[in-house]
Amino acid sequence: MSDLSAFREETRAWLVENCPEGVKGEGVVHTGSTKVTFPPDVQLWMERMAERGWTVPTWPKEYGGGGLSVEETRVLFDEMNAMGARPPLVNMGTRMFGPTLLEYGTEEQKQRHLTVIAQGGAAWCQGYSEPGAGSDLASLRCRAEDKGDFFLINGQKIWTSGAQYADWMFCLVRTDFDASKHSGISFVLLPMDQEGVTVKPISLISGNSPFCETFLDDAIAEKRDLVGTLNEGWTVGKRLLQHERSGQGGLSPTAARPKPVGVTIDLEVDDVLKDYVNDPSITPALRDEVIDWKMRSAAFRLTQKRAGEQARDGKTPADTTSVFKLYGSTLARDRQEIVVRLMGTQGLGWEGDSFSKDEIGAARSWLSSKAVTIYGGTNEVQANIIAKRVLGLPD
Amino acid sequence: MQIEYTEDQEQFREVVSRFLQAKSTPIDVRRLMASNEGYDQAVWQQLCGEVGLAGTHIPEEYGGFGFGPIELGIVSEEMGRHLYCGPFFASSVMAGYALLNGATEAIKSAILPDIASGDRIATLVLDNLNNPEKVGSVLKANDEHVVSGTAPIVVDAHIADLLIVAASTSDGLGLYLVNADADGISIKPEEALDPTRKISRVSFDGVSSERIGGLNEESLNLTWDQICNALAHEMIGGAQHLFESTVEYTKVRVQFGRPIGSFQALKHRCADLLMELEFAKAATHHAAFCLATSEGEPFAASMAKAMASDTYMEAARAGVQLRGGIGFTWEEDTHLWYKRAKSSEVFMGSAHMHRERMMKMIEIAPSHNTGEQP
Ligand SMILES: Cc1cc2nc3c(=O)[nH]c(=O)nc-3n(C[C@H](O)[C@H](O)[C@H](O)COP(=O)(O)OP(=O)(O)OC[C@H]3O[C@@H](n4cnc5c(N)ncnc54)[C@H](O)[C@@H]3O)c2cc1C
Repeated sequence: MSDLSAFREETRAWLVENCPEGVKGEGVVHTGSTKVTFPPDVQLWMERMAERGWTVPTWPKEYGGGGLSVEETRVLFDEMNAMGARPPLVNMGTRMFGPTLLEYGTEEQKQRHLTVIAQGGAAWCQGYSEPGAGSDLASLRCRAEDKGDFFLINGQKIWTSGAQYADWMFCLVRTDFDASKHSGISFVLLPMDQEGVTVKPISLISGNSPFCETFLDDAIAEKRDLVGTLNEGWTVGKRLLQHERSGQGGLSPTAARPKPVGVTIDLEVDDVLKDYVNDPSITPALRDEVIDWKMRSAAFRLTQKRAGEQARDGKTPADTTSVFKLYGSTLARDRQEIVVRLMGTQGLGWEGDSFSKDEIGAARSWLSSKAVTIYGGTNEVQANIIAKRVLGLPD
Repeated sequence: MQIEYTEDQEQFREVVSRFLQAKSTPIDVRRLMASNEGYDQAVWQQLCGEVGLAGTHIPEEYGGFGFGPIELGIVSEEMGRHLYCGPFFASSVMAGYALLNGATEAIKSAILPDIASGDRIATLVLDNLNNPEKVGSVLKANDEHVVSGTAPIVVDAHIADLLIVAASTSDGLGLYLVNADADGISIKPEEALDPTRKISRVSFDGVSSERIGGLNEESLNLTWDQICNALAHEMIGGAQHLFESTVEYTKVRVQFGRPIGSFQALKHRCADLLMELEFAKAATHHAAFCLATSEGEPFAASMAKAMASDTYMEAARAGVQLRGGIGFTWEEDTHLWYKRAKSSEVFMGSAHMHRERMMKMIEIAPSHNTGEQP
């Protein structure tokens, strides 16, 4: 324990010294993309943290990580949180692909890719979904032909978040068309900057365009960038989804966003709502909805905390991640519903002087929250997984 | 603060569970709910004597085990799972906590050891079991300690030796001690929807009593919270049983040539139930940890009771619905838990009451506004 408090002291001192003002509070977070110029403080913060391996604190040192224990990582996040520091680096490499490669990659692959991710030198995107393969992901058709040193890939991916800024894509492709649908899939990595890759942004209901259609026409993935065994990519791909969902469910200690970690139920976080709740005109029914949400969210945090304690090795749990993904996404969605409902017509602003910053934020979050119950596998699909894998219900 | 059970606590659970599994089977429950007493004296004596459960949370100086709300939660959870029928809840939990929080030292030393040993059964007479704010609105005591009024629902009064009565006085809520057979007391057993927990209507027609202390707002609320903590654990145990047995049933019942558990509507209902149960459990265990250390949130017990209420009812509804017609029969055991779920849902305050109570506590509590979103 005393070791941990010494670590806390050192960490705090270092953070005070090295955390630039420009990365405190809300704002831009580094994604590692080589195609984006980040504000100087954001860049500096990422570099300083990367030097200590603290962009990916739990990863082993030899791959650019911090080699920290789960407890130490919690301390680090605690301290960052206390000073309001944003994460130094967040992308699919740090959260999803990296942890998967640590489990399934060869030594050479880890050396080559993880260090670059840790140093914020590449952004990754996820080439999973296809027009015909969403929830039924294993029916994917994107074809990869064995050309000796490399795979030649043809097909289309869709909903590829951040494809326009990504340097690399991890991709599920079909390498055996005769095998049953889960058996002929491989997990490959390909650079985005090549002739065979075209990305076309898609506009969303929120007006933004954070994801794309990705067309692969004779795109090339090198043989050394096949992760896991040929035709057994489904296992790797599924594991990656567990890392993704555990991040979304707030489970994994390597999930980048620092969270308060005490067991005390943190209800102050939505103090934004207090004024609305205390408005005498609020109906008892709506008050009840608010408090019910608070309860569920507090219980959710308690369970996350307990799951975190149980996973002392810091590993992402397997099938139970679906419980957290499903409940977490439902809570996130419900929260935004309640917030705008509390605001009444003040929750309808998109821009303009009639609306406060919080109100505009609420309207936007309400729209964007519609995605949380879809991405990473829809709520219905999570319920299917829970029924099958956790409860053992038959097909 | 503790957030998980220790190994010792898990072993304690094992002991309790094994005892109840043997002594509180559905056959026992059916026998007892049909009886007038509603409990098995021999089992109660074993439970108090050999296993020593009645004094779980009562301090050693008063003849108890000296454990706290966490171990009491463990006992309650197992009792809920096995639907234990007996005066544990009325005597040890309700009367026990009221005495601990409100009685004089002399009375605690005189009575608690008997409660812990099971030699005497006590119950707590409250004129309102819906909301702590309403306690004392019917039962009154004058300055000569004469108690009058009627409590419509008193748990296990029909088998109690001692009544611990909360009655309002000129100086707040007083605690009074009367023998159940004292003059002017009428104890009339009422038939209840839930026959596994016996209730009576208790009337006081100018009953001379002994004043043994009192409950102020703080100690009344603490007592209420401690009772809710035990009750919420009991409910989680019951909900867990219903959940597990229902999921198992859907794996074996075949319709349309396949197990009904393969139908997605049922799968999703079970998955939802699993989540509700897991999170209500987390809230309930947290309440015990908070009460044990007097740290944490003041509303933890209300939160636990509200979530346990909703979850137990949801599990009970699914328990009947997913069994189809068989779930609506007397032979099948589900209705035993279904009825307990219903009575527990509102007993000591409904989910709505507790949510509102929690909300008020948050509003009173000082806020540290960080302005951040989760
Ligand atoms: C914001 C956002 C970002 C995303 N980012 C990426 C990304 O970076 N990379 C990537 O590869 N993908 C990404 N996705 C895609 C996402 O994973 C898919 O949208 C998702 O898996 C659902 O697939 P679909 O859109 O084809 O819907 P469908 O599978 O067509 O589903 C339509 C509806 O049918 C339901 N349904 C389907 N099958 C079943 C079933 N068996 N039982 C019950 N209900 C069922 C679904 O729950 C849903 O309600 C993103 C999606 C969003 C919204």
